[in-house]
Amino acid sequence: MLLAAGPFIPQWAIFIITIAFAKGLVALGLMLLLRAGLISFGQALYYCLGAYAAGALGRFMGISDVLAQMLAGALVAGFAAFILGFLLAKYRGIFFGLLSLALSMILYGLLVKNEALGSTDGFNILPSTLFGVRPGPEWVRYAVLASAAIVSLLLALAVHRYLATPLGRLAPAIKDNEIRVEYMGASARRAVHVKYVIAAVLAGVGGALAATTVGHIDPEMAFWTTSGEFIFITILAGTGSVVAPFAGALIYGVIHTTAYDLSPNTWQMSLGLALLLIIVFLPEGLWSMFRRRYARHP
Amino acid sequence: MNQLLSVGVDGLIYSAWLFTAALGLTLIYGVMKIVNVTHGSFYALGAYAAASLTGAWLARGYPPMLSYLVLFAAALVVAVLVAPLIERGILRFMYAKDEVVILLITYALFLILEDVIKLVWGVNPYFIAEPYALLGSFTVGGLAYPTYNLLLIALALVSGLGLTWFLRGTRVGKLLLAVIHDPEISRAMGINVNRYYLVTFTFGSLLAALAGAFMAPTVSVVPGLGVEIIVLSFAVVVIGGLGSLPGAALGALIVGLVRSISVHYMPEVELFVIYFVMAMVLAFRPRGLFSLAEPRKI
Repeated sequence: MLLAAGPFIPQWAIFIITIAFAKGLVALGLMLLLRAGLISFGQALYYCLGAYAAGALGRFMGISDVLAQMLAGALVAGFAAFILGFLLAKYRGIFFGLLSLALSMILYGLLVKNEALGSTDGFNILPSTLFGVRPGPEWVRYAVLASAAIVSLLLALAVHRYLATPLGRLAPAIKDNEIRVEYMGASARRAVHVKYVIAAVLAGVGGALAATTVGHIDPEMAFWTTSGEFIFITILAGTGSVVAPFAGALIYGVIHTTAYDLSPNTWQMSLGLALLLIIVFLPEGLWSMFRRRYARHP
Repeated sequence: MNQLLSVGVDGLIYSAWLFTAALGLTLIYGVMKIVNVTHGSFYALGAYAAASLTGAWLARGYPPMLSYLVLFAAALVVAVLVAPLIERGILRFMYAKDEVVILLITYALFLILEDVIKLVWGVNPYFIAEPYALLGSFTVGGLAYPTYNLLLIALALVSGLGLTWFLRGTRVGKLLLAVIHDPEISRAMGINVNRYYLVTFTFGSLLAALAGAFMAPTVSVVPGLGVEIIVLSFAVVVIGGLGSLPGAALGALIVGLVRSISVHYMPEVELFVIYFVMAMVLAFRPRGLFSLAEPRKI
C-alpha cells in the first residue's frame, strides 16, 4: 500500500517515514531486550556502527547500494554484538544499562577524535543506488523508502517468528524469574546473548538506512542522547507487537517534527512530558490501548 | 618532571570538580536507589543561576570578593526551589516502580528541564570571568594556575569530608544510614523516611548545582552543559561503586588523572579512555571498586 502510494507522498514526508523505519528497526531490537526486562542505554552503539559501516563502504570501496549498505551495517553490528554479548549477557537491570552506555560512549570517544573518519563533523555519504542503478533525483528517496519498507517488513516478520520460538518465549520468563528459567533447563545467558545480537543487527540495519537517507553521518549517532531517543520510542510503542516499534517511531517522528515546528526551543519538553505521561498512565505503551479495546469486545 | 607535575595538578583540579558533581549522584543512589539523570539538569541550572546572579551582582558594582558567596547562593536557590518540587511533585509517587523505570522518569524530567533552562535563559552563552581571574594565580613547576582552582579543590574536600562526617558523626546521619540499609524497618522504627528522601534529594541536587555554579566562571555557560556532565558523573560513580562516597572520590581521581594523562600525552584518546576505564570496571567489578558484598535477592 505504502509502495503504491509512494510516488504521491511529498518528499519531506518520505524522509520522515524512511527515518521512522530506520528508528523503528532499532526500537524493534530494544523491544526484544525490553521483553526480557533489559533496557540498553547504548543501542546507539550499533546504530552508529551500522551507519559508519554503510559510510565506509561508500568512502573506501565506492559502493553505495542501499541493500549492500544495510547488509554491511547488519554484519558489522552483529559481529560486534556477538563479541560484546559474552560480557553483557551476564548483566541485568541497571548494570546492563550502564555497561551498554559505557560501550557506546567508547565508540563516541573514538569517532570524535578520528581524523580519517571526519572526527566530530563526520562525513557525507554517496547518493544511494539500488542494484547498481542510480535512480533520478526525484526517485532516490522513493527507492530508499521502498527498500526500507521491504527490508523492515521482512525483518519484522522474522522477529515475529522468533518471538513464537521457545527461545523467543523465554524473554518474559527471564524478566519474571530467572532462576526458574535455569531450573527449566534453559540458559538465560544464552537467550539474552541471542537477543542482544538480534537487537544489534536490527540497529545496524537501521543505522545504515538512516545514513543513506540523511546522506551524512557523525559521531553524535553514538552519543547517549541518541540511545535515549530509541528508548523513548520503545517505551512509547510498548512491547505488544512487532508493528508497535514502527508505529512508535512514526509517532515520534511526527511529535518531533510538529513540536520542533511549533516551538524549536521546547520540543524536548514535549517529548519529556509525553514520556512521563506514558510511563505513568500507559506502562505497556501506546500499543496496549488497542489490546485493551480488543479485550473488551471479543 | 615538570610535565608529570602539571599532569598531576591538572588531574587533581579536574577530579575535584568531577567529585563535587558526582557526589550528589552517588548520595541519591545510595539512599533512594535512584539513578538520577536529573542531576545533570541541576548542574546546568546551578551554572545558569550563578551566571545571572553573579552577572547582576557585578553589574551593580557590589564588592567582587563577595561574588563567591553569590555563586554559593545561586546554587542554594536553585536546589531549594526546584529539587523539592520534583521530589514531592513527581518522584515520590514512583518509588514503587522498578529502578530502570525510575531512571527513565528522571530522563523525562531531564528533557523537560533542559527546555525550561532554554525558556528562562535563552540559547545564547553567558560569561562571568571575573571570579575566575580575581584571586590571581599560583605557580607549580613553572606553570601558572589561577588560584580559583584551589577553591574548586577546597569545595570538593569540604563537601566530601563534610558529608562523611555528617553520616558517621551525627545522629541524623546515622538515622540516614539506617534508612539506606532498610527503609521499611526504619519506617517501622518511627523514622520519617519520606522526609529523609526529600532532604537527600535536595542536598544531592544542591551538590550538583554547586559544581555547576563554581564551574560557571571557568567556562561559557551554554545549553547542553547537563548532557555532558551527566555521563561523566555516571562514569565516576560507576567506577567507584554506585552509592559509595569513598568510591566517588576514587572514581573522580581515576577519571581526572586518566584524562589529564591522555590530554598531555595522547590527546586523541581523551574521551575514549574515560569510558574505557568505566567499561573495564563494569566488566571485572560490576559493583565498582568500593563495592561491598550484597546478598542476592530473589
